Amino acid sequence: MSEYEGVWVFSENQPLMLELLGKGREIADKLQTELTAIVLGSGVKEKAEEAVNYGADKVYVVDDPKLETFQAERYLSALASLTSQYKPETFLIGSTKDGKALAARLATRLNTGCVTDCLQIEVTSEKGLTARKIVYGGNAIATITWRTKPQIATVPPRTFEKPEFKERKGQIIQVEAELEEPQTEKVEVKPLEVSQVKIEEADVIVSCGRGFEKKEDLALAEELAKVLNAQVGCSRPLAEDRKWFSEWIGLSGHKVKPSLYIACGISGVIQHVAGIRDSKIIVAINTDENAPIVEMADYIIVGDIHEMIPAITEAFKKHLSA
Amino acid sequence: MCLKQAVDVTQLKVDPQTSRLITAEAPRKISDFDKNALEEALKIRESLGGEVVTVTATAEEAKTTIREALAMGADKAYIIKDPAIAKIDTLTTARILAEAVKKLGEFDLVLCGEASIDSFSGQVASRLAEILNIPQLTSAEKMTVENGEVKVERALEDRYETVKAKMPALVSVTRGINQPRIPSLMAIMKASKKEIVEWNLQELGFTPEKLDASNMTVEVLDVSAPKVERKKIFVKGETAAETAEKLVEALLQEGVVGR
Repeated sequence: MSEYEGVWVFSENQPLMLELLGKGREIADKLQTELTAIVLGSGVKEKAEEAVNYGADKVYVVDDPKLETFQAERYLSALASLTSQYKPETFLIGSTKDGKALAARLATRLNTGCVTDCLQIEVTSEKGLTARKIVYGGNAIATITWRTKPQIATVPPRTFEKPEFKERKGQIIQVEAELEEPQTEKVEVKPLEVSQVKIEEADVIVSCGRGFEKKEDLALAEELAKVLNAQVGCSRPLAEDRKWFSEWIGLSGHKVKPSLYIACGISGVIQHVAGIRDSKIIVAINTDENAPIVEMADYIIVGDIHEMIPAITEAFKKHLSA
Repeated sequence: MCLKQAVDVTQLKVDPQTSRLITAEAPRKISDFDKNALEEALKIRESLGGEVVTVTATAEEAKTTIREALAMGADKAYIIKDPAIAKIDTLTTARILAEAVKKLGEFDLVLCGEASIDSFSGQVASRLAEILNIPQLTSAEKMTVENGEVKVERALEDRYETVKAKMPALVSVTRGINQPRIPSLMAIMKASKKEIVEWNLQELGFTPEKLDASNMTVEVLDVSAPKVERKKIFVKGETAAETAEKLVEALLQEGVVGR
């Protein structure tokens, strides 16, 4: 018997933590072991209770004013102290930018392995826990397993479903941890202006690429989006080079999974494709019939966006108002 | 300044039988994020002086690739080459780089790309700083060095942070931080005279056992191309309106609109 046991989850981002509890519950049930949530912060009783109601059998809470906001060294030392003491077999950590760095540092302190940005995690009979992640810029999926424990995995937001809320009973245990002093100093923190509606949650997306030569042309996409009750997105060049948008869809930006993704004037480089792979139906409108997006699309129109988008908008108007 | 020789991910082939990825024949290049880190290092040197040296751990010949870093302006390059490096995990990579950094002596900054374009793990920078026990500032979108301190701006999921730390420190950079320079012909010619030092792992204190697969923390079981199952139907009518009509009918049939 290994001295390591149980499945743990942690994220400084509570909604992501709840998603991890869903996957964590599934792994724990399969291995017939306990699911434990780690809650760090100041005055976090409610968060701990919430973790129980979303599936945790047990919650270790470190409640300390010093943990009120995320600070890498303090959070790291709290997690390192808990993991060394209680020895979880598996530890899922939310893959925010801070969470990922935290996981890599924790894994280093514990001399163990970490797989970042897991899109699937499974318990297999032969290899134990295995994870899948996108590698080679979206060109391949790697299947990875651990040889050391704890097995640390980071999971991006919206990868797994948030479980059902249920009034449950669980153990909430207050623990003390010695917190290290920060090595960095926050000079300024500004909340980011995030668009009101999240593109990840959109059911239909009209997406614009380099085929849009003038900013005014975006009105064509907006018009179509209005008819479809869709959201407008873009590929990286329109955000990074032309600065018409602040965010983009792709491997380095937002990963989306709408029912319908309409790629207008998007060539479909692999980094973009990696962000839309999970869409149910993909439509490509492009002048180049050999563009890579064609290989990724269900329906392809070879044509000019200036002509085709208004035509499609009109056709939808006709059908959807009927 | 750490550089990875990565697989050029835009030029990969897939074995049609097994759908496994063939990486052996794909060209190699400096991982994109690392070029951004190098550009940042060069800018700091231009305004404050100092020296920019690059360190690369690689299983394969990398001199040609790393010569580009020298052409961009790095002063000197160190390559740690050993076939065993092909199969090592991020922890061992970070340990090797840490030993190399220590061997190089005093430094102000270690710069890394936030992740590599091929394995995209994004762990080496954080693990390296942890081993060196120096402050780490990750995902930098902007950075400045002043009075022995480094200050970076980080765009996180829900906030924008400005963070500073005393040097020596490690900074990992994003693609957005700058546009790496393209070396001139003159610079390329000059680079051929710059020194590339090769180290082996024994010199850094790594025995073959330490690098054995059984001592790795993770094992990659498979790397395959994702299955793409798309319909790939070309929609075409006599006129734009007719084409649009056909598309809309197909999409209504799919049940993905008008819900």
